[in-house]
Amino acid sequence: MKGEPMNRRDALKRGVVGMAGLAASTGVVSAGEKIAATSQHDPDAMGTVGRVTDGSIDPIRFLSDFYYGDVTTLGNGQILRTYELHAVDRNIEVAPGVFFPAWTYNGQVPGPTLRATAGDLIRVNFRNLGTHAHTIHFHGIHPASMDGVFEVVAPGESFVYEFEARPFGLHLYHCHTVPLKKHIAKGLYGTFIIDPPTPRPRAREMVMVMNGFDTNFDGDNEVYAVNTIAFAYRTQPIPVVRGELQRIYLVNMTEFDPINSLHLHANLFDVFRTGTSLTPHDYTDTLMMCQGERHIIEFTYDEPGLYMFHAHQTEFAELGWMGLLNVVDPVA
Amino acid sequence: MSTARKWLLALAPLVVLAFAALLVSQGGILDFLRRGVPPIEDLSFNQVRLSPGEIKIELINGGPDPVEVAQVMVDEAYWTFSIEPSSTIGSLRKAWIVLPFPWVQDEPYEIVVVTSTGLTFSHTIEVATVTPTPDAKYVWTFTAIGIYVGVIPVAIGLLWLPLLRNSSKKWLTFALALTCGLLIFIAAEALFEALEVAESVATGLNGEMLIVLGFVGAILVLQSITKSKPKETNDGFQTAFMIAIGIGLHNMAEGLAIGASYSLGESMLGASLIIGFMIHNTTEGLAIVAPVASSNIPVKRILGLGLIAGIPTIFGALLGGLAFSPLLATLFLSVGAGAVAQVVIALLKVISANSEQSAWTPMTATGLMSGMIIMYGTGLLVVV
Repeated sequence: MKGEPMNRRDALKRGVVGMAGLAASTGVVSAGEKIAATSQHDPDAMGTVGRVTDGSIDPIRFLSDFYYGDVTTLGNGQILRTYELHAVDRNIEVAPGVFFPAWTYNGQVPGPTLRATAGDLIRVNFRNLGTHAHTIHFHGIHPASMDGVFEVVAPGESFVYEFEARPFGLHLYHCHTVPLKKHIAKGLYGTFIIDPPTPRPRAREMVMVMNGFDTNFDGDNEVYAVNTIAFAYRTQPIPVVRGELQRIYLVNMTEFDPINSLHLHANLFDVFRTGTSLTPHDYTDTLMMCQGERHIIEFTYDEPGLYMFHAHQTEFAELGWMGLLNVVDPVA
Repeated sequence: MSTARKWLLALAPLVVLAFAALLVSQGGILDFLRRGVPPIEDLSFNQVRLSPGEIKIELINGGPDPVEVAQVMVDEAYWTFSIEPSSTIGSLRKAWIVLPFPWVQDEPYEIVVVTSTGLTFSHTIEVATVTPTPDAKYVWTFTAIGIYVGVIPVAIGLLWLPLLRNSSKKWLTFALALTCGLLIFIAAEALFEALEVAESVATGLNGEMLIVLGFVGAILVLQSITKSKPKETNDGFQTAFMIAIGIGLHNMAEGLAIGASYSLGESMLGASLIIGFMIHNTTEGLAIVAPVASSNIPVKRILGLGLIAGIPTIFGALLGGLAFSPLLATLFLSVGAGAVAQVVIALLKVISANSEQSAWTPMTATGLMSGMIIMYGTGLLVVV
């Protein structure tokens, strides 16, 4: 009805249940009829059907796929890392059978995870092979001319970004061409890790970019995920070794929604906000982040089993942002 | 000119047309025309059926191209489903989706179908309740509904017959004009409803034009039937008979809507509305008895007319609940409107035959307006 003036047909609809009262003796409608508990309540009843066959990334491989660049040592002893990034239009499968006409860095969403050590010289050769103008805007400290805002790179053109990697922490990069919302929602973003000069403690490291896809372009996401594919890590749980320190580089690039979050089941984790400190800021099991926020989290599992992690906006969780960690005993 | 030659001349343009069509479909012209244009997808929800722990949806593809169903959401959660016969639905083809879903009695749900291109098609279940299955209980329920909405009100309306039989010719003409007003209102109402339902008809099936076909077709068919029969003595039975058929078709469409809203889970609460309906539909009985008031037609035959007008409500309700389709509803509503419009034409002739001068005296005009105002007024009762 939705507040519209009711006509006779609507009235018919209303009349009918009254009618059902008259017909109650016939017993067609028995309110509160017991709903049998069947497979409908299984945790697996919720979720997508089928498997992704043509994703832009292999979700398990992407977790620990770090792009260190082409490494050379300069005369002054400084390390120079050269990265090749190109923008390209590509259809990506964001949920089984659901295709999204994305704009990507190197054909994948999220773009490659760039990794360097604080003090390195970063050189990114950017080529725009797409159909629209793009840039790369890095988070971190660098000169205005390297900020990827005013130097818009037209299709077919190139640009070289060069700056020193600082400060250490977890950063990100994304296109900053207007309309900005469109360029982000289409998939132009990635993670940029600057390691501290003294490495963090040894750990199993994973990158998770919280993102969403507005497949019907109505300004709302139909698909939510970490690393693009809905329920990817539920379909294919992430193997975790019991007792081993786990480190997640968690980045929020969700468009259209003000915040996103992560909740880890049956555990708590240390939070290193923006990864710019080596001492934790918080010890919790639920972390809320706005777009562009990123934190490093660390945890260890003591018992084997399947542990869930997901957005604690349950709507996002049930639209794809949900995964599993499969904790197993170390191989003797 | 020989017959064979005439046939040749008649068919020659069609052969040329077939050749031209072949060129378009085989000659790559289509690809050229469509270049860069995304495929048009158009899925409609034809039926939604709920049973404990399960939601079943029938989809129809009203677009020109096949559509691939990729995922289904219920209330913003992806849900497992199966689809028969195939997740690819061809143009104007149908498919059934089955979701194991623990829905809650009386609460609304939104179903969203996501296609391979990421487009979404949604349907709201207004009030979740078990969809009746076609068993004995079901038949009894819908029969009861049909009797309350259709048969009883019409029968009550027939009770005005003794009054009309004892009225002067002047007042009889007034009653006929009033009937005309009632029927004009019913026809217009049916047409508006048809337009509303036609919006949910799959685009490819062109629901709006079906209304034109149904409306004009019904008038033409009924008009030619009444004309082909030898003119009966002016006892008004034929007119009453046509009114009964017209109202019957209208009530069938009304029953269809009731059954459909019941099975689609769109029914809303409100028992007092039945009484409103009974008042509203009682006027239909008056419309039947007005033309026969001046004659001595036996009461049995008039009761028969009442049944012709009322009983289709039951069949409509049964059919609507079992196999509702917006297409069928559009067709019934427009045919009903056409049938009623034809009766208006017939009644106007009776009125002018009755009156010595012009058909439009202040008396008849007042009668017609009163008819419409009565319908409007009693309509307010069902809007509460």
